[in-house]
Amino acid sequence: MLTKRIIACLDVRDGQVVKGVQFQELRHAGDPGELARRYNVEGIDEVVILDITATLEKRQAMARTIGAVAKEIFLPLTVGGGIRSEEDADAAVEAGADKVSLNTAALKNPSLITTLAKRYGSQAVIVAVDAKRRGDHFAVFVRSGTSDADRDAVEWARQAEAHGAGEILLTSMDRDGTRAGFDNEMTAAVSDAVNIPVIASGGAGTFDHFTDVFTQGHADAALAASIFHYAESSVADLKRHLRLHGIPVRL
Amino acid sequence: MIALVDYGAGNLTSVRKALTTLGAEFETPRDPSACTAAAGLIVPGVGNFAATAVLEGPWRDAIAAAVRRGTPLLGICVGMQWLFEGSDEAPGVHGLGVLPGQIQRLDGNAEQRLKIPHVGWNALDFRKPARLLAGLEPGAQVYFTHSFAAPVTSACAAATTHANTFASAVEDGNVFGVQFHPEKSSDAGLQILRNFLAIVKEAA
Repeated sequence: MLTKRIIACLDVRDGQVVKGVQFQELRHAGDPGELARRYNVEGIDEVVILDITATLEKRQAMARTIGAVAKEIFLPLTVGGGIRSEEDADAAVEAGADKVSLNTAALKNPSLITTLAKRYGSQAVIVAVDAKRRGDHFAVFVRSGTSDADRDAVEWARQAEAHGAGEILLTSMDRDGTRAGFDNEMTAAVSDAVNIPVIASGGAGTFDHFTDVFTQGHADAALAASIFHYAESSVADLKRHLRLHGIPVRL
Repeated sequence: MIALVDYGAGNLTSVRKALTTLGAEFETPRDPSACTAAAGLIVPGVGNFAATAVLEGPWRDAIAAAVRRGTPLLGICVGMQWLFEGSDEAPGVHGLGVLPGQIQRLDGNAEQRLKIPHVGWNALDFRKPARLLAGLEPGAQVYFTHSFAAPVTSACAAATTHANTFASAVEDGNVFGVQFHPEKSSDAGLQILRNFLAIVKEAA
């Protein structure tokens, strides 16, 4: 049986892992290679590196970070943040990424999804959707959550799939860093609307939050950062908890 | 020396990294004639079966000749699918045809939320004793990402179920294949690659 995936996210700035609350107030959380090594030992299923201050000058530094993480793990590695062109994606793949995650660039230019899916296969292209609740729907934000894209998250996820995306990484901006639990309603709305896997992100605070996002949120995978970074809870403990609650996981 | 066949289907970085970590001597030859001297062959691949079309002709002939001489061959993902006769994904493109059968699309199951592509960690159900799977626990989990898969035939060493049951590992003489990505399957995956390297050493 296909297991539910637990994914660790490393938000990287200047070669260091940082973590914020609702996309703000960043604080340091450690060395990317070191964290990746620990997560691998604990049984993480995948690792995502998000370059949260992607600028042209820093791209080479990012390649070094990707290489340092790739060296530590034999697991699927996704790189996102600032991937705006085929060249950016090539650089990430060359450095050791198995998948790239597109966000702002995909919304601006959906044909980039198709181009990369043709080049590397759909399995290598994740479309990241950052969304906030607004009334009875979910509004998409871009540019690291600073700009309203005037799009509905469910509709955009469907289109991303049609353009060739292999997975959707759905982040609740309302819940990001709050540890109040995933937005299960939003996750289910998107997951039920597409045929590709949906990775839920934003709000993980307790083990039960993960159980809920798999049962109520219909997520195929769950991504978290802070709950793992500060060694409060191990991935292994989380997986044992999930299995105890009937969620299939790799142990 | 192992020949890692690079036919432009996706990126070989993680396969290279895994082989390097395991101390394997390998190269990615530009010319198919290198298959003659190779102690083992690895055909990787992600994406679409159609990409294997570039192997038609000299590469295919060289690899087929090496297989006939008993050179161990490991196909990974689309590389495993290519060992069969063909795929519904790219009807005009012939596989190597050293294993009988046709690659077919997985059905999925909307009601049970079994989505296609099949992405993630799933279990190996061992079907026969296999050198490629030596040292693995029954039910070992490995990382898959694919929409098409091989039928369960006598070559099937391990099967996996995702709505359909398909061959996730094959072994027939010195022909081996895995539908999953050993290079991304942590310790279980590295063990499989280590097994293949041992088989290559023995055959040399």
